[in-house]
Amino acid sequence: MNCIIIDDEATARAIVQELCMQYNEIEVVAMFSNAIEAIKFLNQNEVDLIFLDIHMPDYTGFDFIETLKNPPHIILTTSDPNFAIQAFEYDCIVDYLIKPITPERFQKSVQKARLIASKTSKLSTSDKDVMASGNDLYVNIGKRLIKINIPSIYLVEAKGDYIKVKIEDKTFTIHSTLKKIEDKLPQDLFLKVHRSFIINVKKIIDIADNSVLIQNDVVPVSRSNRPELMKRLNLL
Amino acid sequence: MKEIPNLNYLSQFSRGDKSFEERMMGIVKSEFPTEKEVYYSNFQQKNYKLAAENVHKIKHKISILGLEKSYEIATNHENSLREGHIALASDFDEILQTISDYLETF
Repeated sequence: MNCIIIDDEATARAIVQELCMQYNEIEVVAMFSNAIEAIKFLNQNEVDLIFLDIHMPDYTGFDFIETLKNPPHIILTTSDPNFAIQAFEYDCIVDYLIKPITPERFQKSVQKARLIASKTSKLSTSDKDVMASGNDLYVNIGKRLIKINIPSIYLVEAKGDYIKVKIEDKTFTIHSTLKKIEDKLPQDLFLKVHRSFIINVKKIIDIADNSVLIQNDVVPVSRSNRPELMKRLNLL
Repeated sequence: MKEIPNLNYLSQFSRGDKSFEERMMGIVKSEFPTEKEVYYSNFQQKNYKLAAENVHKIKHKISILGLEKSYEIATNHENSLREGHIALASDFDEILQTISDYLETF
């Protein structure tokens, strides 16, 4: 795990660095005495873990986290136990270390970070951005697996590197492909009607020559897919 | 009874490596006088909230030097300063002096 240390106190940085050096899998790639310099670094570099002090002049640790679009895992280091509850509000915070940090407590923290990193890496492998289980589909959004009930999906639309999965009251944007989700959806319920659209045939409201109305969406139907669509319908 | 600074905390990391202890004490020696000065400046100007922040930083060095009771006093002083109370200021002065004296021996 590549990590950086952010603390305005040199003594605290040196202690965390020393502790990190005791673990082969942790490499301290940079240390910063303020959040601004760290943000500049993170704009150019990716890290797996940040050891972050909360009490810093100008920019607190929490201010810093708020500036990050996709924060890596963070271990807070502070002398103040009063921020623990606030820390729980951030998914990226792995642990909360109270100074003075002991080697034993640090070890627990590293174990937690290691465990979460291995889970995240399993989830982030490209073929697991969409997983089906029974009637449910699990999609990877912002390092979380969100459950979607498959029959409630009425439309899937390809948008560049993303797909939009629409259910009645919500749209999920997922970094995946139409092909991947098509493989996970039951063929008796879903049909690809266009190179960019998969529909739930049970949710069709009406059909025109080259489009279907589904919920409030008008979806194009390509000429080659129309015969298959017509076959699926219970025509009078 | 007055507490005496010690290197017990640092020795947990150093595992007998004196160079680490020396390096750490070097950092403490370089940071502490400025932190102390900034604290006194804020305290004298009655910027008690800023002074509390300074105490917060100094607290870490108090703990590094193994001063457990002093750490408690510093925590109480920090909390009091946030509320504008200065009753523990002289106790904290003593702690700062103890640390200053100890650092001179390095």
